[in-house]
Amino acid sequence: MTRLLKNIASNDPLNITEQKAIIEKAIADNKDRQGAVMLVLNEVQGKIGHVSPAMQAYIARKLNVPLGQVHGVVTFYSFFKTQPRGKYTIKFCLGTACYVAGVPQLVEKAKQMLNIDLDQTTPDGMITLEECRCVGACSQAPVVVVDEEIHGRLRPNKFPQVLKALQAKDGAAKEAAGAD
Amino acid sequence: MAFFRSHVLVCVDPECLARGAHDVIDALQDELVDQGLIDEIQVLETSRIGGCEDGPEMIVYPEGVHYVGFNADDVPFIVEEHFLKGRIVEKFREMPKVVVDEELGPLRPKEVRIVLKNCGYIDPTNIEDYLAVDGYQALGKALFEMTPEQVIEEVKNSGLRGRGGAGFPAGRKWDLTRQVNDFPKYMVCNADEGDPGAFMNRRVLEGDPHSVLEGMIIGAYAVGASYGYVYCRAEYPIAVETFNIAIAQAREFGFLGENILGTDFSFDLEVRVGAGAFVCGEETALIASIMGLRGEPSPRPPFPSVKGVWGKPTNNNNVETYSNVPQIILKGAPWYASMGTERSKGTKTFAVGGNVKKPGLIEVPMGITLREIIFDVAGGMHEGRHFKAVQTGGPMGGCLTEQHLDLPLDYEALTQAGSMMGSGGLVIMDETSCMVDIARFFMDFTQAESCGKCTPCRVGTRRLLELLQKICEGFGEDGDIEKLEELCEEITKNSLCGLGQGAPNPVVSTLKHFRHEYEAHIYEKRCPSKVCRPLIRFEITDPACTGCTVCARNCPVEAISGERRQLHHIDQETCIRCGICVQVCNFNAITVE
Repeated sequence: MTRLLKNIASNDPLNITEQKAIIEKAIADNKDRQGAVMLVLNEVQGKIGHVSPAMQAYIARKLNVPLGQVHGVVTFYSFFKTQPRGKYTIKFCLGTACYVAGVPQLVEKAKQMLNIDLDQTTPDGMITLEECRCVGACSQAPVVVVDEEIHGRLRPNKFPQVLKALQAKDGAAKEAAGAD
Repeated sequence: MAFFRSHVLVCVDPECLARGAHDVIDALQDELVDQGLIDEIQVLETSRIGGCEDGPEMIVYPEGVHYVGFNADDVPFIVEEHFLKGRIVEKFREMPKVVVDEELGPLRPKEVRIVLKNCGYIDPTNIEDYLAVDGYQALGKALFEMTPEQVIEEVKNSGLRGRGGAGFPAGRKWDLTRQVNDFPKYMVCNADEGDPGAFMNRRVLEGDPHSVLEGMIIGAYAVGASYGYVYCRAEYPIAVETFNIAIAQAREFGFLGENILGTDFSFDLEVRVGAGAFVCGEETALIASIMGLRGEPSPRPPFPSVKGVWGKPTNNNNVETYSNVPQIILKGAPWYASMGTERSKGTKTFAVGGNVKKPGLIEVPMGITLREIIFDVAGGMHEGRHFKAVQTGGPMGGCLTEQHLDLPLDYEALTQAGSMMGSGGLVIMDETSCMVDIARFFMDFTQAESCGKCTPCRVGTRRLLELLQKICEGFGEDGDIEKLEELCEEITKNSLCGLGQGAPNPVVSTLKHFRHEYEAHIYEKRCPSKVCRPLIRFEITDPACTGCTVCARNCPVEAISGERRQLHHIDQETCIRCGICVQVCNFNAITVE
């Protein structure tokens, strides 16, 4: 545990003031609640997007539980990621209805267009491709989830439009940031 | 009481007031007096109608005509046209927006809605909406007119069984937890609806959270619990948000917290969010997860009713089970027990998916047949295709075939037929679904979601998956079917929890009903449904092909060549058999062999 906390990478959230504050707040808010490990991890994963090994060690120490327990929980649940994700995540629903309706073809199309595999991020750090469990929108199958937004009834030849919309959204966000 | 032929409801929310709603009301009153209509038409103030962006707005009943975007000066004209001449003023008319709810539309034939009755009809974020449909009346009745024992007796008599899948009688479960002399006790609501293809609980949590909450509070009173947890999967962020709003409102109204409704009964609860682990729907794994641990199941006994959350007696029921409770208390056990079959009472929600005309969420009385669900409620098979099989009970369930279409749906009948009720996913398949591929798909799911604690499940499901993959890829050999059967039996017998015990079900049931498909894959290297990629090939046919180049442009591996307006050709060496070309072709020119 000490080793992990001694050599923290410069780009680790623990070395970024705003993100460190998120971690501290998550710990302070939940420290005294029963079952705090999951609560803190959910909060940190939700706001920062991943839980690095150093962060796991830090959380374990602050909550006074073994690192093994924190690491065990992180690796058990599929929502926790140990590596930073892309700015946007495209998830492919693997529910039965979506599978039958042709999600595998969509995955092929996405892989080919972005030139990355599942669970990989584009070199510019923009898009991560993932599979996910049934999102419960089966009547819209096949379904692709871009961040929190659900795109239903998506045919492979419509997939480029999803990417285009994402790029337009990113451009608009950048412009807004530039205008400030 | 005076009789009015017409009522005019004018919106007086802040936005409309800012746009002169009061002036509109004054003008209406004056004009109605002038026209001599004041005894016939009543003007009322109301809250937001739904067009405040263009306010002021008003709605005229009984016609239900909605006017927006006018001002006081327009009132004489509207009064003259609408109330004197009986003509609708189209200029200001706002047409009702047609909201198409793809999941849960209007009541379908043969449906009976108890759990879903409020979904889509009330505002889930406003407790007053729920109160207006008799919400929390059952809680009052339970607290003031019934003892905890009587509540349990009522639930027992109703015949309500656990809607999470196993079907344990809810009243008996409550009784077991009540009997244990160890405090504090906990109420847990299992909202970890992880079966692929099932979304009934999500809809209830998002559409009618207070019914679940009320059921839990009544249950807590019955078993003597003082605190509760709703364990919801992380894939349902909106459900979590809606439920948290419901909890805050219930606290504010005194339905939760210290001394509920002024009695000496106190109960509070919180939402705990999962993090993407299917096995957490198993009750002992769920309890471990609430405690912040890895969601691994533990052997029972001890059952949660004796040793659950924090080692204390815990009552765990599913979302749908709880949301049935308020109405059972309110309308009585005989009413509930009048629906359903001998041993399965009431209604059940199903998420119907797959190749039917009208997929979506339905609620039907127990005992209905699959045939009625597929052909009457879900509108029949898609595009005139033929029914082949239906997967019930999710990845731990099994498939049923044409011979089971007239089976009355209840817990026992489904188990006897080799499937199970499960939480209520129904995936309906036609001849374009390959049953070996479906079994492989479910095994891929259970294999990935096996928590890894016990060997039969961890290693067994992996071996099953490998065998199925081998068969789908055309490398199946003599003896593989027997190996599958042996493995299935061992895994079922020796696994620790329901996930492992149920995991082989899809294989067992597809082997039972579609053995010939396995044999075709193994001995003839042929996929009868033309799904398994290594066993099929795509061809472009003359003269259907118009040479539009759509397929060539969409092919991910550039296996299609051909000049514009000329017959195209697929290079079988390069083709990865993804099927995109078939989907994009507008002329059905691509055939699958």
